[in-house]
Amino acid sequence: MSGAKMTLPVRSSLVALLQRESAPWAEDGERVMDPIYELLRGPVLWITFLVFSMGMIVRLAILYRLSKERDGVFYNHVDMKWGLRSIGHWLVPLGTRSLRSQPLFSIATYIFHVCLFAVPLFLLAHSTLWNESFGVSLWSLPDRLADFLTILMIGAATFLFARRLVRSEVRILSAPWDYVLLILAVLPFLTGFLAYHQVGPYRLMLVLHILSGEILLIIIPFTMLGHFILFFFTRAFIGFEMGARRGARPW
Amino acid sequence: MNEEEKQVDVIEIKEILDASYGARIGTWLRICSACGLCAESCLFFLSDNKNPRKSPAYKFKNTLGEMYRRKGNVDRDFLIKCSEIVWGECTTCKRCSMYCPFGIDVATMITSARTICQSQGIVPEGLARTLIDYRESGNQMGMSKEDYLDICSWMEEDTAEEILGLTIPIDKEGARLMYTVNPREPMYHPNEIAMAAKIFTVAGEDWTMPSTGWDCTNIAMFAGDRALAGHVVKQMYDKALELGAQKILITECGHAYRSAAFEGPYLAGYRNGKPPVPVVHSVELFYEYLRDGRIKIDPDRRLAEPVTYQDPCNVSRNGGLWREAREIIRFIAKDFRDMSPNRDHNHCCGGGGGYIPMGLEFKERRMRSGRVKADQIRATGAKVIITPCHNCFDQVRDLNNEYDLGVKIVTFKELICEMMVIPDKFSPLEEPDATESNPGEN
Repeated sequence: MSGAKMTLPVRSSLVALLQRESAPWAEDGERVMDPIYELLRGPVLWITFLVFSMGMIVRLAILYRLSKERDGVFYNHVDMKWGLRSIGHWLVPLGTRSLRSQPLFSIATYIFHVCLFAVPLFLLAHSTLWNESFGVSLWSLPDRLADFLTILMIGAATFLFARRLVRSEVRILSAPWDYVLLILAVLPFLTGFLAYHQVGPYRLMLVLHILSGEILLIIIPFTMLGHFILFFFTRAFIGFEMGARRGARPW
Repeated sequence: MNEEEKQVDVIEIKEILDASYGARIGTWLRICSACGLCAESCLFFLSDNKNPRKSPAYKFKNTLGEMYRRKGNVDRDFLIKCSEIVWGECTTCKRCSMYCPFGIDVATMITSARTICQSQGIVPEGLARTLIDYRESGNQMGMSKEDYLDICSWMEEDTAEEILGLTIPIDKEGARLMYTVNPREPMYHPNEIAMAAKIFTVAGEDWTMPSTGWDCTNIAMFAGDRALAGHVVKQMYDKALELGAQKILITECGHAYRSAAFEGPYLAGYRNGKPPVPVVHSVELFYEYLRDGRIKIDPDRRLAEPVTYQDPCNVSRNGGLWREAREIIRFIAKDFRDMSPNRDHNHCCGGGGGYIPMGLEFKERRMRSGRVKADQIRATGAKVIITPCHNCFDQVRDLNNEYDLGVKIVTFKELICEMMVIPDKFSPLEEPDATESNPGEN
């Protein structure tokens, strides 16, 4: 109970902070223009969204063109029923034999992915920003739930990191970049959590939080993180190929 | 090996890499998140004490992936190392593609790496030999047309003594089924042709065997020689078109079905991916015969011993005929015990993807990786194992000896022939003065 009482003012102060035109860093409430915050929150954010969306569109366009020329096998055997089953089974927790073979990993990766989407999109503080910047009003997560999800996400990511190191068949496949990507994915959560709870230097945390989030979004189109969209195509394909065409169930 | 022999044609390699590069390979190579879920789907990984170098992802990354990374600038030593992986550690069974969250089709990439190796003359000896035979004779064992036709007519004569009116029609036009075989049958087991003829006759089938394009196997496909593989399968398609056959029937052979029905159209240049003549596998046909009552099983002759079924990758997983096979078994066996895993998720026997024809040089490895299958078979407690695939058959036979499994290996043809009811109209005429019959036979 005491926890709830403590977090409430912090939350409102953070929302209030973010709602102001510029962020006041001084503890005594004196408004100080902060150029770095302004930059990250303004033009850099726009560039981030632009690079992210254009990058993904261009990547998909290139793949589409290439596929039209080289991947007749993709289009020849299209069967939406098999495609959707192939996707659906893998979106359900423990929905496939493969996922059931390593339940701990499957649950960790499920939590990791769900949080990676839900928390940034629906966090109350972000919602406020969405509303303020774009006039979009999204459904928002209660802060306590968001907090809980953030801790879950950090826990899941730690597990995934450790698994990379511990399991020999995973370690041998993992390049340094795979570890870096995992850290990059968890960094906005960690810094956001610390900033929210005002642990450590608040201003630095907030700046790092925004910066790491922006870096993550920017690299998505250029790395394997593009799988957030490409997953649906590769999975649909194996559904067409193994399922519709050959009659095996790829899940 | 001197410097000159170490040379490879980098330009040719680059060309093949470029031609194979599509949206699929481009995506697969980039989005693999190194989760390692594929590892435990692979029999080579499981049978080698979970050696991390045997996981499917490791294998494609270190062969085709590395070739693309180096933009084709590879040397002979590298390709030799690749060949050890792509032929010695993968049977292209496609099981891993069903265990990868992204559905990365590793077998397709391994096949591309095989094509690169083969283009530089790096290919296991046993496979290279079949390529010469395919080129010279049109079949993988270098059998002449005369010998093949002789075997067919010999089998016809022989079997007609048991089944009245049995013929083995050659090049009959407009038949419903054009029956194609594995050269192993006319070469070493001609009785298989006789058994098929019996079943077709009793079922009242309208069928024929072609005088050319009769070899439905495609070792060239596994050797990575795409052009030849296309030529091989095209011979069969063209013959079926020429004869006006309604369907091509494939003998109890796994990879032949994969070649004819799925890979073949692309190899032979049919861009829509469909064979010009529909392709049927024996398992499907036999199931239809039993279902429709065209073949009836004598209930007293059904197998009483425990029976298991080896799902050939290219019949069950890559051909989707796992239901049909089990339906047939319901007709012919009383005590069926499925392996685990089974059906479309069954493990490769370890003899697929060209492994059996790769010969003695690879036998020791084949026995080691086959341990997974041997354990599966033993766990069923079965005394009889049915498998509708020549490669599975040979591999299980070798495993049976190696691991003392004590099982009898049979094909569906064999069992159906033993158990089917032969209507009276097929009984040989009682001839008191059997002047023509050969006392040495029967």
